[in-house]
Amino acid sequence: MKSEVKTQPVSRSRGRRLGAFVFLSPGLTYLVVFMLVPLALVMSYTVFQRGRFGGVVYEFTTENFERLIDPLYLSVVGESLKIAAITTVLALLIGYPTAYLIAQLPPRWKTMALVAIVLPFWTSFIIRVYAWTILLSGPGLLNSALAKLGLGPFELLYNQGTIMAGLLYSYLPLMVLPLYAAIERLDPQLREASANLGASGFTTFRKVTLPLTVPGVLTGCMFVFVPSFGNFVVPDMLGGNKSIMVGNLIRNQFLSARDWPFGATLALALIAVLVLLLIAQAWAARRA
Amino acid sequence: MLKIDGVSRRFGDVIALNDVSLEIGQGEFFALLGPSGCGKTTLLRIIAGFETPDAGRVSLDGADLLSQPPNRRPISLMFQSYALFPHMTVAKNVAYGLERERLPRQEIKERVGEVLETVGLSAHASRKPAQLSGGQRQRVALARSIVKRPRLLLLDEPLSALDKKVRADMQLELKRLQHEVGITFVVVTHDQEEAMSLADRIAVFDSGRVRQVDEPIELYERPRSPFVADFVGANNLFRGEASGLDGIKSEKFGMLAGTPLTELAAGAEALLAVRPEKIELADAGATRGLAGSVLDVSFYGGVSHISVDVPGHPKPVLVAVQGAGSVRAGAQVKVRWDAKDAVIMAADQ
Repeated sequence: MKSEVKTQPVSRSRGRRLGAFVFLSPGLTYLVVFMLVPLALVMSYTVFQRGRFGGVVYEFTTENFERLIDPLYLSVVGESLKIAAITTVLALLIGYPTAYLIAQLPPRWKTMALVAIVLPFWTSFIIRVYAWTILLSGPGLLNSALAKLGLGPFELLYNQGTIMAGLLYSYLPLMVLPLYAAIERLDPQLREASANLGASGFTTFRKVTLPLTVPGVLTGCMFVFVPSFGNFVVPDMLGGNKSIMVGNLIRNQFLSARDWPFGATLALALIAVLVLLLIAQAWAARRA
Repeated sequence: MLKIDGVSRRFGDVIALNDVSLEIGQGEFFALLGPSGCGKTTLLRIIAGFETPDAGRVSLDGADLLSQPPNRRPISLMFQSYALFPHMTVAKNVAYGLERERLPRQEIKERVGEVLETVGLSAHASRKPAQLSGGQRQRVALARSIVKRPRLLLLDEPLSALDKKVRADMQLELKRLQHEVGITFVVVTHDQEEAMSLADRIAVFDSGRVRQVDEPIELYERPRSPFVADFVGANNLFRGEASGLDGIKSEKFGMLAGTPLTELAAGAEALLAVRPEKIELADAGATRGLAGSVLDVSFYGGVSHISVDVPGHPKPVLVAVQGAGSVRAGAQVKVRWDAKDAVIMAADQ
C-alpha cells in the first residue's frame, strides 16, 4: 500500500486526500461536536470538586481518584468485568455454532436466517428488556407455567444470572454477525483439503476453521463485551435496585448522588478498561 | 487398480455423469479431458469422496471406495485453487497429512524435508503461502499431496492457474515426479495439449459421457467421433456420404479422399477429418485439390497457420506449414491431402 501511494503523482494524491476529507467531514464534525467535546468536558470533571446540588466547582482535587481505589467501587468494576466476560463467553459458545450453521445454509435460507437474527433490533431495546421482566416476574409467564407443573414459584428476577441472560439476549446478534462473516469467507475447499489429508471433522474445525476465524471471534467478543460492560439499562431493569454494575454506579453518581466529578472518574475508569481491551484485541487480531 | 463402473450423477435437471465406466491401471498417468461442465470434475470429486454418485460403483484395488469417508481414502486430491492453509507455513502445510496419521515427529520432519527437496522448495519451508509465487504454491500443493504416499493422486486442473512459461516447466516436472514416485496420477483438464503431453491415456468427456479412451497419438490420429475430432487439436471437418472404401461423397466437392476408421454403409452420413498439418497447399493450377483463396497467414515461429477460404465450405480450411509460409493473403491456391491422412467417421456418433 505504502509504495503504491508513493508512486502516485503528487497532485493526484493531494486531490484524493482532499476528496476523502470532503466525504469524511460530516461524520468527523459530528464526532467532534457530539462525542469528543462532551467527552473532554466529562474527563476534565475528574480533577474538580463536586457542587452542592450537582455540577462542578472548578477547584483542583485528587479526591475522586482516591475514592476510585476504594475496594467498594473496585469490586463493582470487578463484578461488571465478570458479568460482561461470562456473557461474552456464553455468546461465543452459542453464537459460533449458530453462525456456522447459517453459513452452510443454501443462499435463500441464509438470507432468511440473517434477517431473523437482526429482527429483534427492529423493536426498542428497552421494550425487549422490559418484556423479560414480564416473562420472569413472580406471577409472570414462566412461573405460572411452572406452577401448572406443581413447581415454584421461583425468584427468577433480580440476580446476576438474570442480568447475564438479558445481556446475552440483547447482544447475541452482535456476536453472530461478525462470526458469520468470517466463516462465510472461508474457502470451503480448505475444509475439503483437510478431510482429503485425513483429518476428521473435529480436527478440521480445530486446525483449520477455528484458527482462520479468530479475527471474527475477536470482533464478536468486542461487540458483546463493550456494551455489556458499561450497560446500565439491563442491570437496572433485570438486576433490581442495586448498583451492581459500573454503568449503574455512574448513572447514580450523576443523577441521584449529584456527584458529577466522581461519576466522571468512574466513566474514565470504564473507558480506560475498554481502550486497553481494544488495544489487546487489535494486537491479537494482527497476530492471528 | 481404480475401477469406475456405471457411475451416474445428476444435479436437478443436469446430468453431470451418465453411466461412466473406466479402468485405470497401476502407475498410469491418466487424463480426464473435456470442455468445462462435461462432468470430469464431478467424477474426480466422487473418487475423492466429496460427491456421491446416484448409481454405479467405484473400487480401488478391488475394495469398495464409496463406503469410505473422504478422510479414510488412500487418495490425495490436488485442488485447482491449491487450497493451501493460509495460516500455516509451507512445512506445516506439507506436514498436515502426516500429523493426521500420528507418525513420530522425527519421521514427519524427515519426510517433509525430503518432499520439499523433491519439489525444490527446501529454502521456502518457513514461508506462508501468501509469500509464494503461483508456481511455488502449485509445488507446495503437490508436495502436500504426495508426501502421504497415496495410492492415487487426483489433480484438478493442476496447471490452469499458471502462466504459459511456468506451465511448460511444471508439465515436465509433473511427468518427472510421477515417474519418480510411481503413484498413479489422474489429472482433470480442459486443455487438450496439456492432456496429450502429460498423460499415458486420455478419456475424452462430453456432456457426462466418455466419448473415447485412448493413448494421445491414437486419440489425435484416429478420433472415433466428430466431437473428439473437433475437440482434440485443430481439425478440418467435411460432411458427406460414405461411399465405399476411400473417401466420402460431398455435395459440393465431389469425392474427398480419406480412410474410414470403421465399416460404414454406403450412403450413410459421414464426416471426414483432416489435420491442418496433413494438408498441402498447391498452386491454383494444380490438377487435384479444392480451390480457394488465402484469408490470413499467422506466423507462430516454428509453424505458420494459413486459413484458406474454400467456396462452399462453411469454415475456412486451416493449413499448418513449417516455418514462415510462402503465400500471402489473397493468393489463389488449392488445398489437398492424401487418403491415408484423413479419417472418416459416422456423423452421428
